Amino acid sequence: MGGMDTIRVTGPLQALLEQAFPEASDVQVVDRTGGGDHFQVSITSPRFHGLSLVDQHRLVYDALAGPLADGSIHELRIRTKGTQ
Amino acid sequence: MTELRTTIQEVIESEPVAVFMKGRPGLVMCGNSQRVLDALRAAGAPVTAVDVLPDPRIRQELSALSGWPTIPQVFVKGELIGGADIVEELAATGELRQKLESALGASNGTGEQRVVDVLAPAH
Repeated sequence: MGGMDTIRVTGPLQALLEQAFPEASDVQVVDRTGGGDHFQVSITSPRFHGLSLVDQHRLVYDALAGPLADGSIHELRIRTKGTQ
Repeated sequence: MTELRTTIQEVIESEPVAVFMKGRPGLVMCGNSQRVLDALRAAGAPVTAVDVLPDPRIRQELSALSGWPTIPQVFVKGELIGGADIVEELAATGELRQKLESALGASNGTGEQRVVDVLAPAH
């Protein structure tokens, strides 16, 4: 997989996350299945430092509230890492 | 508050470990729900499962209560612990078992599983 199709589906999510986490040292979005609706999101940011995992994931859900609500994300896997 | 939302809230507050999932133990309809059940079982948790699939309102009312958009959702003593990613992450570090033991004491370790129907008039 790869190329334009992958970028077409992950690009909008990547943009939303980079907008919501401008301080992040790493933001990655992977189309897990190639079907364009199962995503793995990985973010490394000092914003997560000291927050519970639930609160860390809530920040990610908030950033992706639009595509979560309109059904364009069928499954979302989240990996967050807080840095000092 | 709707009657359904009240019922869901009662399950969250009264069950030691409430799992809102797609399907039920023995007939799981989603890989993420299975991940959560596997992690909880390995940690010895007693699980009260609620299937969200029979009626879309269950999921709507649950997410309105919890502010959490995805399924599964795991609650221990009324507190949202998270979905599949968090539960697996906590299991990997051993925190899941610690959390269950400190919240449930001796009742953790039974691994007992039951299913509650939130659409039924009395559960």
